[in-house]
Amino acid sequence: MTHMFFILTVALYSCATAAYLACLLRTSPMLTRWAGRVLVTGFTAHFLSTIHLAVKMKYLPLTNMQESLSFFSLAIVGGFIFFERRYKVTTLGSFIIPVSLMMLIASSSLHAEARQLPPVLQSNWFWFHALLAFASYACFTIAAGVAVMYLIQRYFLKTKHLGSLFQKLPSLDTMDEISYRCLTVGFPLLTVAIISGSIWSEQAMGNYWVWDRKQTWSLIIWFIYAALLHGRLTIGWRGKRAAILSIVGFLVILFTFLTMKHSITW
Amino acid sequence: MNIIVVGLSHKTATVQIREKVAFSPNQIEKPLGELIKLEGIIEGVIVSTCNRVEIYATTRDIAGGIARIKRFMAEYHHLAFEDIESHLYCYHAEAAIRHVFRVASSLDSMVVGEPQILGQIKTSYGYAAEFKSSGIILNRFLHKAFSVAKRVRTETKIASSAVSVAFAAVELAKKILGDLSDKTVLLIGAGEMCELAAKHFLNSGAKGVMVTNRTFERAERLADEFGGEAILFESLFEHLHRADIVLSSTGAPHCIIGPKDAEQAIKKRRSKPIFFIDIAVPRDIDPKVDNVENAYLFTVDHLQEIVQANLAQRSLEAEKAEEIIDQEIGQFHKWLSTLEVTPTIVALRNRFDEIRRAELDKTIAGWKDLPPDAGKRLEALTVAMMNKLLHAPTFVLKQAGQGGRVDLYVDALRQLFELEALQRDDEELELEE
Repeated sequence: MTHMFFILTVALYSCATAAYLACLLRTSPMLTRWAGRVLVTGFTAHFLSTIHLAVKMKYLPLTNMQESLSFFSLAIVGGFIFFERRYKVTTLGSFIIPVSLMMLIASSSLHAEARQLPPVLQSNWFWFHALLAFASYACFTIAAGVAVMYLIQRYFLKTKHLGSLFQKLPSLDTMDEISYRCLTVGFPLLTVAIISGSIWSEQAMGNYWVWDRKQTWSLIIWFIYAALLHGRLTIGWRGKRAAILSIVGFLVILFTFLTMKHSITW
Repeated sequence: MNIIVVGLSHKTATVQIREKVAFSPNQIEKPLGELIKLEGIIEGVIVSTCNRVEIYATTRDIAGGIARIKRFMAEYHHLAFEDIESHLYCYHAEAAIRHVFRVASSLDSMVVGEPQILGQIKTSYGYAAEFKSSGIILNRFLHKAFSVAKRVRTETKIASSAVSVAFAAVELAKKILGDLSDKTVLLIGAGEMCELAAKHFLNSGAKGVMVTNRTFERAERLADEFGGEAILFESLFEHLHRADIVLSSTGAPHCIIGPKDAEQAIKKRRSKPIFFIDIAVPRDIDPKVDNVENAYLFTVDHLQEIVQANLAQRSLEAEKAEEIIDQEIGQFHKWLSTLEVTPTIVALRNRFDEIRRAELDKTIAGWKDLPPDAGKRLEALTVAMMNKLLHAPTFVLKQAGQGGRVDLYVDALRQLFELEALQRDDEELELEE
């Protein structure tokens, strides 16, 4: 059952990816509408598959790499759907949806057998920590997607190459606003995630902060986004510098996520 | 009944000629009245804009009608017929329909796709309707033209891109600054181009205008005109950071704004971007300003390039528009031909006969012990009744056919008896102005 939902999700996300990429090449309100519909259907299937898995396993599917990747991808798509509705930024989908599709495919061995959870994970703080962390990662992923678009659009404006892609991309102002929104939502989430993570660490390992690689890198990520938000709020950091830092932040998250995850759990 | 078009436009006449034959909208009643008093002219609409003067009319006598309207255009303006005749074009039948559809869809405009012409034709038609110089055919014809123009607008991208420098500047500003409703424009100098662009920005919702000029009085005058704020030229850099859009067109021999000034202004506004537009030759704004982060500098040449690219795009879209017009002409032509007397009489007879037969068949089928010759008698009776009933309308219609406003009768008849009428989809399209 979960497997079926999963296949359906991958199929729908693939269609949505194709449609959003096609949106870059062709201007068609019809295509845009269908891309959105297919994506929302895919998101629903993905959501149901996650719920189904959670009910079957009796825990949130966040305990290993495969589950986490799928959840990460779910959070990104959810965040994108919100921003697309709000700001009418179809082109963001062309940058974001392929990323979440790849994450989902990477997690394709999702239909794992139910297993006994290691005692270290049997803490409410862990679930709280993991949920918030992924919500904040989704925000930062979208911010990075927008940052890439910002840099492309800025390049077009500076070199005066005002072609059809320039026409399709949203205004600098809109992208600035979205990335600021992502930052103001994502940063508090990350902060609470790190705090709850350290409480869990205390429960599981008897120490709030053990300076393992995972915690160290989390702190580095926190500092990157703190710097970004601080720059923005005090001297109005925006534009190229903010965009580059946002992309750097995302790459660090990705690096941490892909290489460090195992260090505590397994 | 025939539709004829006589007129001249930017394609056939210079502005000197066009302004001589233009009709002032304030006194349009007089020429409209004279137009429909011309022999053989039944309905008339006068369209007069700065780029074209055209008369649309209906007549039974094409050659005579065209000749009389040509003379009318000269005589009404006290011009020698020979002086304007070579500039006039005239169309009838399908060519006339095509011409008006193309004009309304802005395919014949100086700037293809510009949106004003449709509004101008609507206004002209409004006068004709008000002073009753247009009748059933031109009413339907122009409504059709409006709906064709609407179709062209929605189904092609003919009007979707900016084709004037001022509009291109507004479009670019939206790409950089997003919504313009909280944005301020700073005008440096008071060139005509600058004023025009400022007007476009205000029309697109910009919040306010600041004006500066070496002569403060001129700045004040312009600021008054826009409801903006005049600024001393000497204190320009104290105010630069308040502007989101800077439009510069002074006659200064050297640059006024350098990269340092731009950098400081942007710093003061906490890195919010400024869109610089340099319309002056020689330049007012140092090209190095474009290297400053969050400053975006465009010169008039850049804007001109955008306009050229958009124009090329439009001519592609114009081809699609011509196809739409081709389809619509056929449909309208069909309606026009139904307004003739003979086909209407035939259609009316057929309609009556159809009803008669249907009722007769029903009666005979339900009659059990029908006398042998009853069928024939009933047939004769109903035919006689039908002929008697149709006699008067047929006679009146034929009589009217000799005179002027036969189309009124024909159209009424077609509607009253539901004789295959043209779909009336365009009827919903009311005059917006």
